[in-house]
Amino acid sequence: MSPHSESPTPAKQLGVFHVNGETHEVAFAPHHTLLEVLREDLGLTGTTHGCELGECGTCTVLVDGTPVLSCLTLALEVAGGADGDPRPIETIEGLADGPNLHPLQDAFADLGASQCGYCSSGFMLTANALLRDDPAPDRAKIRTALAGNICRCTGYVKIFEAVELAAARLRGEARQPARETLYGS
Amino acid sequence: MAAESNGAANQPGTADQGYYRHDTPQQDLRVIGKPLRKVDARTKVTGRTGYADNLSLPRMVYMKLLRSTQAHARIRSIDTSAAAAMPGVVGILLGSELPNQFGILPVSNDEHTLAIDRVRFVGDPVAAVAALDEETAWAACRAIVVDYEPLPVIGSPAEALATPEPRIHDYGDEGNVHKYVNLQFGDVERGFAESDLVRQDVFFFEGNTHLPMEQHACLADYDKDHKVTIHSSTQTPHYLHKALTKVLAMPASNIRVIACPNGGGFGGKSDPFNHEVAACAMSRKIGRPVKCSLTREEVFHCHRGRHPVLMKAKIGVRKDGEIQALDFESHLDGGAFGSYGVASTFYTGALQTVTYQLKNYHFRGARYFTNKAPCGPKRGHGTVQPRFALECLLDKVACDLDLDPAEMRLRHLAKRGELTANFMRIGSMGLGECIEKVVAGSGWKERRGKLPFGRGLGLACSSYLSGAGLPIYWNAMPHSGVQLQLDRSGLVTVFCGSTDIGQGSMSVLAYVVAEVLGLDPMKLRIVTADTDLTPVDLGSYSSRVTLMTGNAAMQAAERAKEIVAAAVAEKLEVPKSNLVFADEHVFDAADPSRRMSFAEAVIAAEAKFGTVGTVGSYKPPRSAARFKGGGVGPSPSYSYTAAVVEIEVDPETGQYTIPKIWVAHDVGRSINAALVMGQIEGSVYMGLGEATMEESAYRDRSHKGKRVFLHNQPSMLDYKSPLAVDMPEVVTYIVEDHDPNGPWGAKEAGQGPLLPIMPAVANAVFDAVGVRIDTNPITPERIFAALQSKAKGGEARFGPSDVPAVAWPEPRVVPPPWEGGDGKEVASDAPAPTRSGGKG
Repeated sequence: MSPHSESPTPAKQLGVFHVNGETHEVAFAPHHTLLEVLREDLGLTGTTHGCELGECGTCTVLVDGTPVLSCLTLALEVAGGADGDPRPIETIEGLADGPNLHPLQDAFADLGASQCGYCSSGFMLTANALLRDDPAPDRAKIRTALAGNICRCTGYVKIFEAVELAAARLRGEARQPARETLYGS
Repeated sequence: MAAESNGAANQPGTADQGYYRHDTPQQDLRVIGKPLRKVDARTKVTGRTGYADNLSLPRMVYMKLLRSTQAHARIRSIDTSAAAAMPGVVGILLGSELPNQFGILPVSNDEHTLAIDRVRFVGDPVAAVAALDEETAWAACRAIVVDYEPLPVIGSPAEALATPEPRIHDYGDEGNVHKYVNLQFGDVERGFAESDLVRQDVFFFEGNTHLPMEQHACLADYDKDHKVTIHSSTQTPHYLHKALTKVLAMPASNIRVIACPNGGGFGGKSDPFNHEVAACAMSRKIGRPVKCSLTREEVFHCHRGRHPVLMKAKIGVRKDGEIQALDFESHLDGGAFGSYGVASTFYTGALQTVTYQLKNYHFRGARYFTNKAPCGPKRGHGTVQPRFALECLLDKVACDLDLDPAEMRLRHLAKRGELTANFMRIGSMGLGECIEKVVAGSGWKERRGKLPFGRGLGLACSSYLSGAGLPIYWNAMPHSGVQLQLDRSGLVTVFCGSTDIGQGSMSVLAYVVAEVLGLDPMKLRIVTADTDLTPVDLGSYSSRVTLMTGNAAMQAAERAKEIVAAAVAEKLEVPKSNLVFADEHVFDAADPSRRMSFAEAVIAAEAKFGTVGTVGSYKPPRSAARFKGGGVGPSPSYSYTAAVVEIEVDPETGQYTIPKIWVAHDVGRSINAALVMGQIEGSVYMGLGEATMEESAYRDRSHKGKRVFLHNQPSMLDYKSPLAVDMPEVVTYIVEDHDPNGPWGAKEAGQGPLLPIMPAVANAVFDAVGVRIDTNPITPERIFAALQSKAKGGEARFGPSDVPAVAWPEPRVVPPPWEGGDGKEVASDAPAPTRSGGKG
């Protein structure tokens, strides 16, 4: 931020970011991560952070449709500039279709898969990438796909069930949550 | 028997009156019990929740804390000149500017915002720097030169006992012992003499931490009217408000605390923290908004997590497993500050009595100061470690007596409505049904002890508070307050000081008010956790919110209903008693066509009475425990849980997997079944993490002749917690034994179901491979060591062998209810203090 040459902060540079289908021109510090640019320069605080060291998965966003840890991704890697086009980035702010929630969001809301909600963005984006790749993943595949995202509230159970519910609805099935999911056995 | 003689002493017997006061049949409830969405569910899943770190203000600067690199040292000098000269640095704050101390408990206000002359653990804050950007703030912190004079490092309770000087704090019971407790209820020696089996075991429960996904953050803004507003990720805005008043030496009315939705808490955000006080002080000093967001490493240093506790438990039982006496001793490694530690110490002795009948009980506890990150309350606060010891011990007793551990427990359950040996009042008590559910579900009777070597089942039970019966500071006011505002549009706004940390407390407020007033909970406005706007609620700790704010909200809503009904009755010319509030209407039960919309009803009420608003409040019933120390443990009601864990152990390596867990939890009544499910599953998960891998341990090494004492794993990579692939299948049963003190009978769900998991895992290991693991976490290395020991003819066990010898103070003697006790202590005729423990 500081332009002083003695400052530990190097000069900013311009780059173009393609986020949720929108293009933004941003002046950003070249050592800043995608997480920092999303939250601080673009105000997209739906991407949260739990460690900023690549350990927890909370800050997951999609780049070229693939889950990446935005805290370990240099903004430079995804910005467009003289050497190429910006890479498409998807964040939680782009998941819903206007006022209509994405089936993953509906399922997370219906089942209480989002308790404190802090890790939810990362989980839903990771799950979305999984479901695009495989519309009918079994529980084992869902577990493996979500193994890089830590949740401390839910015990993952409602998250697994929400992903399965959303997958069914995305396939066009009129699936409702199982009774034992909501009321217990 | 305890149960038989108990009745006469159980005066005044208030628990019997109005039992099932709220026992409304489920079919008559429109909101309560239904698995509705949370009122903030859409906000959460769209990434729009206002966590503290998401906030910013114009002219905001960033603050960082310089933390001690020394475990224990005097500060000779702090040189900030180089840091102050750095471009972009706008403020530096030192401890000497804030001499007033704070702390969550009035008895241990032992923290300075920034160290003044002494640091007490690696991570203790020493200075604060504000700068235009975070990197400059960090760089300036690194440029501050602190000259430390090292002091001897106290790394364990044993060292604390052996090293009374230098004292880490200049208060406490003696030397580096923070607190001694010695409570005697009945005669344990007589109980042992009347027992058929007496056994004693020593257990150790390693500390662990909350690890909420959100790192603590706050934004403080001191304005031109000399008022400061802080937004923070705190579970206890009211207590933070009090701490800020003291340290900032400002009128409370000039301080506004707003608790943001927490990104998880689990007890880790229930203390007032250095960074919160420093941000306010810095903002006052420089006249700009100040943001402070902690790194994950700093969160490990804030800690306040589970105390490491070493325990010795001696139990005496009859042949059928009836407990005659329990002598329990706990030694808590407290870390560098008091935090909730005095309460934690009492909690390690408080709830042993509420699950099974226990006639004679003796509890001794000691908490030690050590040069580690301070311990405090984590989910299940202080009751988790002794529950591990007790449930493992009962499994051994059942094994010794050749009894089924489930049957043995069922036979001797504590009884509803009765007082325990230590004067806890049991309310509803669904533990029997919980045990029956998990026993049936897991095929316990057919499979326990009969599975092939390497596979096993383990069972354990537990109980937890639905809110602490006493506030943290003594006062006679309500624990929770709710205010309702009824707008002529029909909008009802609910104001309450409670804090949503993900458990759904905002939704509980909405469900309760909506149920009473016949409204749609999604259409209410819920305003919470703002000391300027909302009535005090003590905070989101001790599983108190559903019961206490639920009751307060119910009272406020009932009062609003009265006012509205009076106006509607007049308008419709219908007797008030005939009016029904449902489906956003008020109507005559005899002739539902005579009706008004709720909005019309509020207009009628406002026309008749003026602006419509009501308040409700809740204060727990007076505790029967009148002895000193009896303030910890009483609760309006106790939840109960039983769990069975299935395990597969590789006897060659000790490696194991847990394919399935059955858990049954008596929640009294589900306010929202889906949210209760989430709390139970989340508790099972966190318990599983504690059982299998999580530990906050310290590394004690020597480097170039100097002792290096550091946190072993202050990162999420090294501090292991269970991933999606580690989570077993969980079969959950909700048991609803309605409690008279809860709204519609509700009790807690957020903490209790964690407790049985660790002992159930240990007991399952025994069923699988025949060794006892008396140290938690139950790691493969420990199982392997026990198997090796067994193979060599040694103990088929891994665990500690003894506890430190302590000169206990004289016991406070409280005769139990069945000996005519009235809850007060009597003059002690106990002999002079003797040294206990084997190793001196």
